[in-house]
Amino acid sequence: MKSFSNTYIFVFSTIMVVIVAALLSTAAMVLQPLQEKNIEIQEKRNILSSIRIKSSAKDAEELYEKYITGSFVINTVGEKQEGVDAFEIEMGSQMRKTLEQRTLPVFISSLEDGRKIYIVAVHGKGLWGPIYGFVALNEDFTTIYGTNYNHDSETPGLGAEINTDWFGAQFADKKIFNKNGEFISIDLVKGGADPESLNEVDAISGGTLTSDGLEKMLYDCLGSYQTYFKNQMKNNK
Amino acid sequence: MSDREPLFSSKNIKLLTNPLNVDNPITVQVLGICSALAITVKLEPSIVMAISVIVVLSVSNVVISALRKMIPPRIRIIVQLMVIATMVILVDQVLKAFAYEVSKQLSVFVGLIITNCIIMGRLEAFAMSNRPWPAFLDGIGNSAGYGLILIIVGFLRELLGSGEILGYPIFEKIGIYNIGYENNGFMILPPMALIIIGIIIWVQRSRTKELIEEN
Repeated sequence: MKSFSNTYIFVFSTIMVVIVAALLSTAAMVLQPLQEKNIEIQEKRNILSSIRIKSSAKDAEELYEKYITGSFVINTVGEKQEGVDAFEIEMGSQMRKTLEQRTLPVFISSLEDGRKIYIVAVHGKGLWGPIYGFVALNEDFTTIYGTNYNHDSETPGLGAEINTDWFGAQFADKKIFNKNGEFISIDLVKGGADPESLNEVDAISGGTLTSDGLEKMLYDCLGSYQTYFKNQMKNNK
Repeated sequence: MSDREPLFSSKNIKLLTNPLNVDNPITVQVLGICSALAITVKLEPSIVMAISVIVVLSVSNVVISALRKMIPPRIRIIVQLMVIATMVILVDQVLKAFAYEVSKQLSVFVGLIITNCIIMGRLEAFAMSNRPWPAFLDGIGNSAGYGLILIIVGFLRELLGSGEILGYPIFEKIGIYNIGYENNGFMILPPMALIIIGIIIWVQRSRTKELIEEN
């Protein structure tokens, strides 16, 4: 076998690396618009799923136009913020800020029966990576209409169960405020929730850390919205 | 190059067909089992994974084979890894752009093609010492052998576990549920993939003379 000098090895590796880097960055740049479009469609499907509407990659945009009739951005004292698109807000980076600095998206959906649903975003930490989703509330800003949770890397069959239908469906008709109007969020209860309780759902067996993360996510994120919710409830009365 | 052999000489054809049966990477060499267990719950991801591996392995094999005389032996593994990683990232990016749903289902397993032993194995054992055309055939053959098993397992698991083929509810259409049949939930769990692969190995060994070992 031929022997190669050190210089040759260095030159060879350098050229290889440059070619590979050029190739990959070109591919990334060319494909980026398509990938971003896919992510946007997925986001719209997630929002639709929180108001219990099933969509596919094809009809997501159309259904989104039909059901999501408005959106706005608020801060944590419930004031509307101008000049920001709710769809552009990354909940993850908002939650890293202090409470006062957060801006939070709200999407409004009008259902076919004329009811209005308010959809808020949630973002938190699971066991292995971020978990995120949308919680849809009825006009009373207390009762949950539907939810959609997603994750990047939770364990399949355990933590990953948070984006299954059975798990999301548990949240429907639960209440995030108690009778006295205090914010209590939703508890995920190990070993089975009390079916009578209005703010308990079953945690995932084998997915304790993901369940805890989700409970904390709901408490923190819905908590950031609570001033807005309370103001709206006063207006409703 | 005067003694140039025909493109599809019997030796070259063997490169293509042997890995499908007597030299199958999964059932005979027992490589690449991890991904075979993880992504075969449904048929569609299995097919996409099979195609991805075919692309990655055939192109990497050709590239390494074309460069084989220029690659310094001391850094050959790193060079091989670099070629594989580049191909895998390209495939991953293309999937994210054109088959987003499937790429989400495959999640980390596209990235993990990099560590699939079949690919490193073929580059090191074959491409480093053969011309590009045979290396290309060898790549296609081995990845197709891998893909074939993936597709068989994916087909059986989706059919028996969910009663569907490529998402089409075939068992519901032929009315098999009305006579008391139920989907086997166990099929969806990873251990069943291992058991199905085991059954395939058993059937293959009992039918192929070359593979029957003397005790």
